Amino acid sequence: MEAIVNQLPIGLSIGAVLLLIALGLTFTFGQMGVINMAHGEFIMAGAYTAYLLQGWAGRQAVLVALPVAFAVAGLMGLILERTAIRHFYGRPLDTLLLTWGVSLVLQQLARDLFGAPNVQVQAPAWLQGGLGILPYNRLFIFALAVGSVVAIWGYMNRTSHGRRMQAVMQNRQLAAVMGINTGRVDQRTFFIGSGLAGIAGVALTLIGPVGPALGTYYIVDAFLVVVAGGLGQLRGAVIAAVALGLLNSYAEFWTNASLAKVIVFVAIIAFLQVRPQGMFVLRSRALT
Amino acid sequence: MTATVRDAAPVAPPAPGRSWRDRLRGPSVFVLIAVLALVVAPLLLEPFRLGLLAKYLCFGIVALGIGLAWGQGGMLTLGQGVFFGLGGYAMGMYLKLHDAGGDLPDFMVWSGVERLPALWIPFENPVFAIAFAVVGPVLLAVLLGSLVFRQRVRGAYFAILTQALAAAMVILLVGQQGLTGGTNGLTNFFDLFGQDLAADGTQRGLYVVVAAVLGVLYLVAWQLVRSRFGRLLVAIRDGEDRVRFLGYNPATIKTITFAVSAGMAGLAGALFVPVVGIISPALLGVVPSLELVVAVAVGGRFSLAGAVLGAVVMGYAKTSFSEEFADGWLYLQGALFILVMTLAPKGIFGLAATLRDLLPGRRARA
Repeated sequence: MEAIVNQLPIGLSIGAVLLLIALGLTFTFGQMGVINMAHGEFIMAGAYTAYLLQGWAGRQAVLVALPVAFAVAGLMGLILERTAIRHFYGRPLDTLLLTWGVSLVLQQLARDLFGAPNVQVQAPAWLQGGLGILPYNRLFIFALAVGSVVAIWGYMNRTSHGRRMQAVMQNRQLAAVMGINTGRVDQRTFFIGSGLAGIAGVALTLIGPVGPALGTYYIVDAFLVVVAGGLGQLRGAVIAAVALGLLNSYAEFWTNASLAKVIVFVAIIAFLQVRPQGMFVLRSRALT
Repeated sequence: MTATVRDAAPVAPPAPGRSWRDRLRGPSVFVLIAVLALVVAPLLLEPFRLGLLAKYLCFGIVALGIGLAWGQGGMLTLGQGVFFGLGGYAMGMYLKLHDAGGDLPDFMVWSGVERLPALWIPFENPVFAIAFAVVGPVLLAVLLGSLVFRQRVRGAYFAILTQALAAAMVILLVGQQGLTGGTNGLTNFFDLFGQDLAADGTQRGLYVVVAAVLGVLYLVAWQLVRSRFGRLLVAIRDGEDRVRFLGYNPATIKTITFAVSAGMAGLAGALFVPVVGIISPALLGVVPSLELVVAVAVGGRFSLAGAVLGAVVMGYAKTSFSEEFADGWLYLQGALFILVMTLAPKGIFGLAATLRDLLPGRRARA
């Protein structure tokens, strides 16, 4: 019983990190059909942003880094979208391979700029310690994820930009006919999605070291969240991320780390037998 | 009795305007390459280079499977490393047990395993090991394929699932140190069917076997693509729903193709182990699996020859560039890849075909 309680915050914080990463993916995937393998490198960029800001902001770097990392990763995403991805709409599998090439280059760039060994980001003093079994740093990550979800929800449902984004996601041609500049909407979605990866990167500095391959550890799991949650579904992403995080941490606890991944994989395949398109599906009459 | 529509349909009508010279071009190129690979290369190349070539040809076998599943069937499989690894580990386990000669393999002693694990026992038999190298991947592919394709999970979802399978496989292998040799994998093999693996003659023989297997599999794949089955496969790639409306079951056809490509990867893994002398998780994870897909894309995914050629050329390029400047290779690979995907999505082979069609005189005749 005690173990069940102890694993809970670990599972929830894994879920929170996955959620931050998957939020960006689910919208770029759902809206544009882009499978962005370079998303992991935007995470890495966010983490290195926090590392670089340490020299200037000292131990409060994590706080300062949040908006800066959002902008840095968002801009990287925007550049990628403008220069390459926009030529690939309608060819999702090709974007996967293209962005993987980008991710290779970015990883090597990080290795050349910051060196291959991992670096550390000092957590602020006020994040040390915890409430009972809840360490403050994990609580902070959790709060970050909740805040991001609320912000995204507000953006999608309460702003005109967000409503346009939903329209494009539901039916691109129809939205274009209604006078929505779909290219512009795509750029904004990509900026926000990539920016969220930057924030996830900053969050990751609180629970581990930063290295050039940081993103690769999370990207596969984050894609599984998208698959299980359903494309472009905020609710789906939240539930799937938390479920996957919990499943991961409990499976690891009861078996071991190497079997846990297999259990998660089997669980996803089994889940897709029941809901082949993920938890929530955008209803339409199109052939699926 | 009237023949069913299926029986009555003409099989591959000869394309109008194809002269016998056109029809003979493909086979004659194949024979030429086969002679070059099987006779000339073993005579001319030194053993070290020949070993490298054998390694690239192993990748070529995997690429052939990818070309079949992805190029023809539209199933982007990012987990071929899993099947390659299953084949490789099956062969490696046999070689390890054979070298140990009744004792425990060396790495098990180091990790404190006292009795041979039950999983290893059947692999003392070489026939079982080699059969498993093909049948194991096929069964796994049939299981995964039938579960996934039956539910019409496809496209990017399928790609992501196969990638997750590759990631899970690596973590599983690394975690079971005593059973699989962990990160180091299985290595230090000495003897294959009574032949010294380090000897030049053995390596030469292995090369010939690899090249011959690739040749035979190429013919099988080529025949498969030309057959009615191959046409259905391409039809599924281009319009799965329409094929379903015509009364076929796309899931079955896709599962079979996926299984064939998995079997090829497994066989390639089994050949790879004696040639290169190691099988480890680093050779079959997400990145090596993707690298092969990249190679296929660069070579030209829509043609089987392009797929194989891409794998061989990229393997060669990787070795020669890594020798010169290790870090530069990643930039080069990434850049090459971005360029190919943007400018020539059909790969080098597709580009060559386009250029050929543009030549003056070609058009007039067509």
